[in-house]
Amino acid sequence: MSLLLKNISLPLADFTLEVDVEAAKRVTAIFGPSGAGKTSLLDLIAGLRAPHLAHIQLGDVVLTDTSKKLSLPPQHRGVSYVPQDLALFPHLSVSQNLLYGQKKGGANNSLFSFEHVTDVLEIQTLIARRVTELSGGERQRVALGRALLASPRLLLLDEPLASLDAPLKSKIIPYFARIRDEFQVPMLYVTHDRFEALTLAEEIIVLVNGKVMQTGPVSDAFLHPANAEVAKLFGVETVCPGKIIATQDGLATVEVGRITLTALAPDTAATDVFVCIRGEDVILQRDTATSSVRNRLPAKILSIRPEHALVRVEMDAGFPLFSLITRPARDELALSEGGAITALIKTPAIHLVPR
Amino acid sequence: MTLAEWQIVGFTAWVAALSTLVILPFGLALAWALARGHWPGKSLVETFVTLPLVMPPVATGLVLLEVFGRRGVFGGFFYNHFNLNIVFTWRAVLLALSVMSLPLLVRSARVAFEEVNPRLEQIARTLGAGPWRVFATITVPLAARGIISGMLLAFARALGEFGATIMVAGNIPGKTQTISLAIFQNVQIGEDASAYRLLGISVVLAFIAVWSSELLLRRKTRTR
Repeated sequence: MSLLLKNISLPLADFTLEVDVEAAKRVTAIFGPSGAGKTSLLDLIAGLRAPHLAHIQLGDVVLTDTSKKLSLPPQHRGVSYVPQDLALFPHLSVSQNLLYGQKKGGANNSLFSFEHVTDVLEIQTLIARRVTELSGGERQRVALGRALLASPRLLLLDEPLASLDAPLKSKIIPYFARIRDEFQVPMLYVTHDRFEALTLAEEIIVLVNGKVMQTGPVSDAFLHPANAEVAKLFGVETVCPGKIIATQDGLATVEVGRITLTALAPDTAATDVFVCIRGEDVILQRDTATSSVRNRLPAKILSIRPEHALVRVEMDAGFPLFSLITRPARDELALSEGGAITALIKTPAIHLVPR
Repeated sequence: MTLAEWQIVGFTAWVAALSTLVILPFGLALAWALARGHWPGKSLVETFVTLPLVMPPVATGLVLLEVFGRRGVFGGFFYNHFNLNIVFTWRAVLLALSVMSLPLLVRSARVAFEEVNPRLEQIARTLGAGPWRVFATITVPLAARGIISGMLLAFARALGEFGATIMVAGNIPGKTQTISLAIFQNVQIGEDASAYRLLGISVVLAFIAVWSSELLLRRKTRTR
């Protein structure tokens, strides 16, 4: 089912939100810095805010069409929304929260049955509790369960992991992946975390100051930012698809094109991964003395661009690789575009994200 | 306590309770509109509702007497269409208590509604609930403490009302006489013993109203 967001225009405090895209994949990430208009966009889709202009269509159902003065009320849209603060009802128990949106006689849809949803999210043991007695991760899963039990045709998720710390994040992400795979609900996933986008989404919409900067498959977007602004937003991360060909003693051997790298083995059994390397973690070296660094890649320098106090070096190491170094380092190494260099990457600096 | 005194106490408690129930739907609707709505003339309506709280009660009573008298706008309407007399009957007592206690309910409920996170109401809508269901299952339960405390304040205010009541309902023993009016009359005619017995009763009633509000609020806090 595809979500059509056509000619959307909504004046906000500092800029006008202008969107004209179509989201057809299972999970579409809306990526952008805070204050880019991401939440406002979700509010429009859920019918909680009236746009100046818009044609919003989910499958063949028109949700909003300002040219025909048509706007379905939120309760008739079939769009479930998990906001950033989760909005669990504090005066109701977990089970009352979960059942709030369940359709009467919704038993004919066993996909969204109470048993199935609580089973997938592993929240059966929590249902007698009060929502104030839940931990962060539990609250997250209850909010997701409540949204799913409304049998939605579209799920809106607003930075669902933003309030969780890193270890908890990595525990919750698999639940989102299970929802994506188990329920046939398209999801719009607002985030400003590229790992979440890479792990969960197939498509990405990059939103900056209310304007769509880029759309397309997630990996493409990270590899080929549309412009400097998007590149800055993504950071200097090297992101490219790779394949784990062997794991031994907690180390994984990853094939990236013709190159093999050594990285820490990820928790998952997946072999198809995104290889992510931060520019700060790539060391450049002239000579070929031995060192503890496992990954030594001969590379060709494609471009050298100053970035604030640092210099961003783009290389071809068999795959596109970026390095951030200081200006004195650049001068000392006598780097030049088109020249050759050796790139060193420590094993723990290579992050593998399942795709 | 004489039978007449018990009757005065019963009548007062009954009309005060009834006035609280009568103003509840209006008061909640008004409080909600003031808390959530953006409409022209809002501040004017707000001021108008609060007036009885600050105006001399006797002045408010005089206004009611004019408007609900047989030749008044509303009074004439009720008399001509339903053959109903308002002023100097128990209905006038109900009217006076309602008008005088409405501001307390509205102010308290309004603050309570304003404290309900609108995001909760919005998300309830996306879960398939219409505006009325959201109001009944999310807004009112979350504002319950403020609403109940507003109701108890309104009830307590109604119990002690004097100025507006005596203007619009008179002080007719067995008909429109409330505790406050009876105390006033008994002191005037030198029936001090009766006045002090009624004084004792009003202390007890006020104590019960305020104490039960405290208990209710405390239970509410504990279950949260």
